[in-house]
Amino acid sequence: MTEPFEPKITAFVCNWCTYAGADLTGTSRIKYQSNVRVLRLPCTGRIDFMLLAKAFARGSDGVIVSGCHPNDCHYTSGNYHARRRWMIYRDLMDFMGIDTRRVTFSWVSAAEGARWAELVNEVTTSVRELGPYTEYKELALTGVE
Amino acid sequence: MADNFFLPQASLDTLFAALTGDGRRILAPTDRDGRTELNPVTSPGDVAKDYLQTILSAKEAAFPKVERLMSFSTGAGSVDLKDAEPSAVPTVLFGIRPCEASGFKALDAVFNWDTRDRFFNARMEALAVIGIGCTRKDDACFCTSVGGGPGSTSGSDILLTPVEGGFLAEVLTEKGKAMAALAPEAFKADPGLEKKVVEVPVAFDQPGLTKRLKDRFEDGIWVEQSLRCVGCGACAFVCPTCVCFDIVEEADAKGGHRLRTWDSCGGHMFTLHASGHNPRETQAQRWRQRVYHKFSYYPERYDMLGCVGCGKCTRACPVDMNLQEHLAEAAQA
Amino acid sequence: MDLREKSRQLLENGDVKAVIGYERGTMGARRPAFIRKAERADRLVFDEACAQNLATYLTRPEVRKLGRVAVAARPDTLRAILQLMAERQVKEENVLALAGDGTVELGTAQAIEEHLATCAKELPARDREILDRLSRMDRAQRWAFWQAELSRCVKCYACRNSCPMCYCGHCTMDCNRPQWVPVASHALGNLEYHMVRAMHLAGRCVECGDCGRACPVGIPIHLLTFNCEESVHLQFGQRAGASSKLDYALSTFRPDDKESFIR
Repeated sequence: MTEPFEPKITAFVCNWCTYAGADLTGTSRIKYQSNVRVLRLPCTGRIDFMLLAKAFARGSDGVIVSGCHPNDCHYTSGNYHARRRWMIYRDLMDFMGIDTRRVTFSWVSAAEGARWAELVNEVTTSVRELGPYTEYKELALTGVE
Repeated sequence: MADNFFLPQASLDTLFAALTGDGRRILAPTDRDGRTELNPVTSPGDVAKDYLQTILSAKEAAFPKVERLMSFSTGAGSVDLKDAEPSAVPTVLFGIRPCEASGFKALDAVFNWDTRDRFFNARMEALAVIGIGCTRKDDACFCTSVGGGPGSTSGSDILLTPVEGGFLAEVLTEKGKAMAALAPEAFKADPGLEKKVVEVPVAFDQPGLTKRLKDRFEDGIWVEQSLRCVGCGACAFVCPTCVCFDIVEEADAKGGHRLRTWDSCGGHMFTLHASGHNPRETQAQRWRQRVYHKFSYYPERYDMLGCVGCGKCTRACPVDMNLQEHLAEAAQA
Repeated sequence: MDLREKSRQLLENGDVKAVIGYERGTMGARRPAFIRKAERADRLVFDEACAQNLATYLTRPEVRKLGRVAVAARPDTLRAILQLMAERQVKEENVLALAGDGTVELGTAQAIEEHLATCAKELPARDREILDRLSRMDRAQRWAFWQAELSRCVKCYACRNSCPMCYCGHCTMDCNRPQWVPVASHALGNLEYHMVRAMHLAGRCVECGDCGRACPVGIPIHLLTFNCEESVHLQFGQRAGASSKLDYALSTFRPDDKESFIR
């Protein structure tokens, strides 16, 4: 009997909005799926595109990247810069055949605790349906004699 | 003395079937997506037609671009070390050129210089070479300038030379005999075939070059020659004799692996010390190292050259650093 | 007047310290040539077969030391020179581009921009064929395509070292304390390397294709940077190498940048 597949989701979130939002989810006692591992960074502007790749390389089946809504960045423009980066990176991932359905970008503010729970639930359910990201996990062992 | 036979073209099927039946992997030049590269094949039909050489060299059969040396895992207060075992699949290198076949000697010189490298030796023991002599060459070829030749038997266990309707097969070594014995019906009596290969003119006086290098170390010629060099490692990575490697570890909290990967003296960090000092700071010094290692240090240390004149580096170089031409220039007074 | 004569004049008059051009190489190839003495200018050739982007040499310490140099420049080379100026890597007064048949002197960024306005840019047929093929593939097929291609990579860095925009003295690929991208050329190391290369050139790639040309194993890696460039152009409306005053697309933004995927 094999265990049903439970996806590993890595969430890169900014300190000021989404992390605080996720905190609010907890203090509001909203229950949501526990598949997500939250990594807090100062700002979405700090979320290097390679962090997403590293998450997959280390076994994530899905990735969430989330920060402050446009105009709300604690550092004024970090999220605008991040948005440009993702606009390019998402196209590149798709061109290289990386499964972009496994990467979710979102804006979640410090006041949107319920929205965070909803987002995580949605992502977890859809990645669970997609199954484990086997082809990426296999990379680490391919090409070594 | 070699035993000569006639191997009809049609008998290659028999030979391939016999080798495969014996549990051997056959690596041969294939034409894939417009590129001639070594790949596992099962029938002579898979082998590239009318190729000059593969892009990368045959060295990867004994010295792969990435190989695992050991693995480790960490538990509660303990570290488990596990030696890797070389995956030495019995392999036949079919159809490589005499230049490349002779290249394994230069690798052997380093891998068995002081310590005996377990991984290299395991793969070499499992490796047999059926070379094919050259009926064609290009302007990058200069095997005859470095002691080789388009029909040279050095490094091959069996050397095939194309003749009308098949090949003249020279069975050269015990490994060669063992392969031939797997398909005795394929090897017919030699009716006195003539071994005809392409002519490769000698481009420079190699002993003269090696001698000349002794007092040319500080010469401005290395700066001049390397001006256009972009400092990549293409030449070293396609080279059948370049043996430099890097050892890296890839690990996370739970454990990891120690890997050996190809490296190149052309790279700017190759000799960078931890202190920040770099004895080969300029591309000219790195280019000089490439030439000296192959034509001065190798003869001094191992009594052989670190170059087989295959010309792969010249073909691979993005800026046409033509080795033969540069050596000819350096050999002159 | 041709490039040889022009170079001879420039060197004799002391207008430039060197001419970086092309000479005949092995098997009909053209290769970069550094001419520092007027009498050596006879070696120069400048024709359709001259492919390499010589702007890549302008940021070498050895070349920077020389002072003003002339460069035999195809349109891609001119774009690279403008982009290097935009990134403050090359000073206007240190470069004289020799364009057209090699006798058209372009000594300022403005002159280069004006000249470029007359040059059409076309994607080579082979690239178009591969892109067509890729556009008909689904995601899994694209993944398989790139995995097969990248499995050939040996990390020789010919692509990086040939690229006129890859001038960093300490490339992120060489950062090993700690190691960020794997050194080894296994599947993961190769994927991450080419991802990093493409992203670091996004908005900066002048689409000369020299990376792909340099690749000894023939991976069409230039299509990765081209793809990023196309994304930048379509979404932010600018192209690298268009002007010496271009802002780097990824270090600037517009509040109304439009995307459709952020939830």
